[in-house]
Amino acid sequence: MLSAFTFGGGFVIVSLMKKRFVDKEGWIGEEEMLNLAVIAQSSPGAIAVNASVLVGWKLLGFTGAVTAVFGTILPPLIILSLISLSYKAFRENEIVRAVLKGMMTGVAAVIIDVVISMAGKILKERKLIPVVIIIGAFTAYYIFHINVAYVILFFGVLSALISLHDNKTGKRHL
Amino acid sequence: MIFWQLFWSFFQIGILSFGGGLAAIPLIQNQIVDIRGWLSIAEFTDLIAISEMTPGPIAINSATFVGSTVAGPVGAIVSTLGCVLPSSLIVVTIAWLFGKYKDLYIIRGVLAGLRPAVVALILSAGLSILSLSVWGEKEISLSADSTDFAAAALIVIGLLIIRKFKINPIIIILSSGIIGGVYYLII
Repeated sequence: MLSAFTFGGGFVIVSLMKKRFVDKEGWIGEEEMLNLAVIAQSSPGAIAVNASVLVGWKLLGFTGAVTAVFGTILPPLIILSLISLSYKAFRENEIVRAVLKGMMTGVAAVIIDVVISMAGKILKERKLIPVVIIIGAFTAYYIFHINVAYVILFFGVLSALISLHDNKTGKRHL
Repeated sequence: MIFWQLFWSFFQIGILSFGGGLAAIPLIQNQIVDIRGWLSIAEFTDLIAISEMTPGPIAINSATFVGSTVAGPVGAIVSTLGCVLPSSLIVVTIAWLFGKYKDLYIIRGVLAGLRPAVVALILSAGLSILSLSVWGEKEISLSADSTDFAAAALIVIGLLIIRKFKINPIIIILSSGIIGGVYYLII
């Protein structure tokens, strides 16, 4: 039902899904698809999986959601299983090891690029609390090595409290 | 039991990775490298590079890879299910709530507050990968002897090229692999 041709992952799938389901198959309306995309991005977990669960659910209910999940996880499941089988043998190879070592620098550059873009967007809003959250989360995880789960839960609850407060007072701290 | 551990680790990754894409990286690193020790940080970085070049979300790719390395095909399936189960349930619940209330200001607030936290976490994961490739260890060290200047140069050049030309990350990772590979083989 769904093939996961999302190299690079993330937001790519939403535009692919729109092309396929809205423009080609006409299964759902454009605005509905946009709503689904927003919900998929705001929920935890992989956006691709979330989006396909929602589309499957809209179309066929529970069966649709389950089918969609299997459709989305099957390609990576097969491909990565095959890779993991050959990975150990590959890694022994001197050339592969040198290339992987080089790739590590590419991965570092890509991650830093994402951080710069995301942080830039946050800093542009010129709000104090998000900056405090960046510093707080960084200190907790990078310096004090606190479990990521606790860091996310803490800031999630904190943000919920702040938005409750903001909703009452009409201010916008986040 | 190993299957339960796999399921539980990826359950946490699935339920706590807000923001999609790279947001899962610090969670996977924390669970798989730091807490469980199923992969070394170098293997984990290879996994990120592999994930960028194959279809599918990184969390699912990691679940399959780690699960099958640690406990074979069943491990792969258990970890993947652990990863997709919680978020699938949550996303349907949120869609239902959204249909009912249309405006979910708390969810919007939580997301707005988590975005900066996630940036900080991704930065931390990025720093440990950077330290590993430049200094060969997870923490940044300041001694010049252990510094791999070629790796540092590759990172800076790669970063400048992505920032300036907005190139697909796959191309950057592949070309650093080729350039770095040739360099390390000659040295």
